[in-house]
Amino acid sequence: MKKRFSSVLISAPYLVWMVVFILVPLIMVGYFAFTDPEGNFTLDYVADVARYSNIFIRSVWLAAIATVVCLVIAYPLAFILTRMSKNRQSTMLMIVMLPMWMNFLLRTYAWMALLGNNGIINSLLGLIGIGPFKMLNTQGAVVLGMVYNYLPFMILPLYSVMTKIDKSVLEAASDLGCNSANTLFRVIIPLTVPGITSGTTMVFVPAISTFIISRMLGGGGNLLIGDLIEMQFLGNSYNPNLGASISLVLMVIILLIMTIMNQFNDDDDKVLM
Amino acid sequence: MKKLAKVYVALVLMFLYVPIFVMIVFSFNTTKSRTVMSGFTFEWYEKLFRNELILSSLRNTIIIAVIASITATILGTAAAIGISRMRKFPKMVVMNITNMPIINPEIVTGVSLMLLFVFFAARMNLEFGFVTLVIAHITFDVPYVILNVLPKFKQMDPNLYEAAQDLGCNPLQAFFKVVLPEIMPGVISGFLMSFTFSLDDFIISYFTSGSTSQTLPITIYSMTRRKVSPEINALSTIIFVIVVTVLIVKNIIENRSFSKGTREDKA
Repeated sequence: MKKRFSSVLISAPYLVWMVVFILVPLIMVGYFAFTDPEGNFTLDYVADVARYSNIFIRSVWLAAIATVVCLVIAYPLAFILTRMSKNRQSTMLMIVMLPMWMNFLLRTYAWMALLGNNGIINSLLGLIGIGPFKMLNTQGAVVLGMVYNYLPFMILPLYSVMTKIDKSVLEAASDLGCNSANTLFRVIIPLTVPGITSGTTMVFVPAISTFIISRMLGGGGNLLIGDLIEMQFLGNSYNPNLGASISLVLMVIILLIMTIMNQFNDDDDKVLM
Repeated sequence: MKKLAKVYVALVLMFLYVPIFVMIVFSFNTTKSRTVMSGFTFEWYEKLFRNELILSSLRNTIIIAVIASITATILGTAAAIGISRMRKFPKMVVMNITNMPIINPEIVTGVSLMLLFVFFAARMNLEFGFVTLVIAHITFDVPYVILNVLPKFKQMDPNLYEAAQDLGCNPLQAFFKVVLPEIMPGVISGFLMSFTFSLDDFIISYFTSGSTSQTLPITIYSMTRRKVSPEINALSTIIFVIVVTVLIVKNIIENRSFSKGTREDKA
């Protein structure tokens, strides 16, 4: 008993740190969300969030599209990867992850040059006589930016569950009369559900809360929740109470999504929790 | 089928690499145009290395990343020792709070820390800048250290520590000579993760930096706001080359130790 106490004591500095810099700040978000600048209890700011419901709907919608596109692109890719020889697998995985090592601001900035009205894609299209198309500052560009930045977050968890699938299971399925579509829908996809759910969370959470991608690729007209929060804290309209309320609602949305995702998983491999 | 797979992989890789390739090419462009190559020059690289703002924020970034990741590694390893010995319920509570910065969107972590710092700034002599940045970075680094170290305790034989003491080690010796080598792989990967996250972080730094102390990502952000700045392309190219070199070297080292390991197994 005494021994347990003394070794738990070693973690005391972290426990203090955790309370002061993780727990208290989150409690402060809750406090600011339900008070006015004088510190009186109010529900005004939380109610105010409803005025921005169009921005919330847009954020959920664009992040959801980006997540689905990531899943559709990543799923076959991860499967193809698992079919390669071990050496090539690790090389390919490194190549896929390499862009992630560059700061996402630089990666997003690169797309600004490609998508602009006088950008590279439009000038190439101009050579064959079509366009120019307005691509930058559209919702499509925002989705593209999300897919580009977060695609590896989907590939990695899918790949790691797929490598665990025993090849003999697939052979058994075809021996027992499954055609390839049946094998895919009744064997492979059910076995990769943990990868799908954790990939979905890993793409959806940063996508719904981004404010850089929407600002750089979406212009001023496609504000997302992240932009809204940023404006309350660092923009012209300093309003931490409203900003805290919006953050709180964002956290609730994400918690809901993660709870739904966890419903698909077995008890022993919950997403992150 | 095999051909189709190859085409598909090539298309995805093209999607991932075309933007980077374009940046590299245009970092050598003589004009500021981002669509027409008009000639070859190193002008932007020279400008980059004479840009005091970029150099000083690079220095800041490295100093902050070093201090934050080392502190986080010590704090997190000590925490993992205690957490691994905790009873089920307190362990669950601590781990749930520890996971918060990982699960929460970065913007929420940034905003929550900003609220805390504003509170302290109003009451004590705290200024936004270097100190707040280091505190913020330690805060989002520690959970990754704990998550890397904790599983090592699960794999370790719990009797090792006591055996070392029975054989005459005092608790400190037992820790440094027996426990630490066992958990070292977790400590190192936790440290490396912290260091890279610190180098790369923009969102949390953005909310906790103030105007006196800027990190490289924040400087990059303010450069992208000014629409045309070819120095960014030069900077991206340099970073890309560094990353590729580091990864290749890492791969070579890993392959070497891997083949060495299998040879030893055979012998």
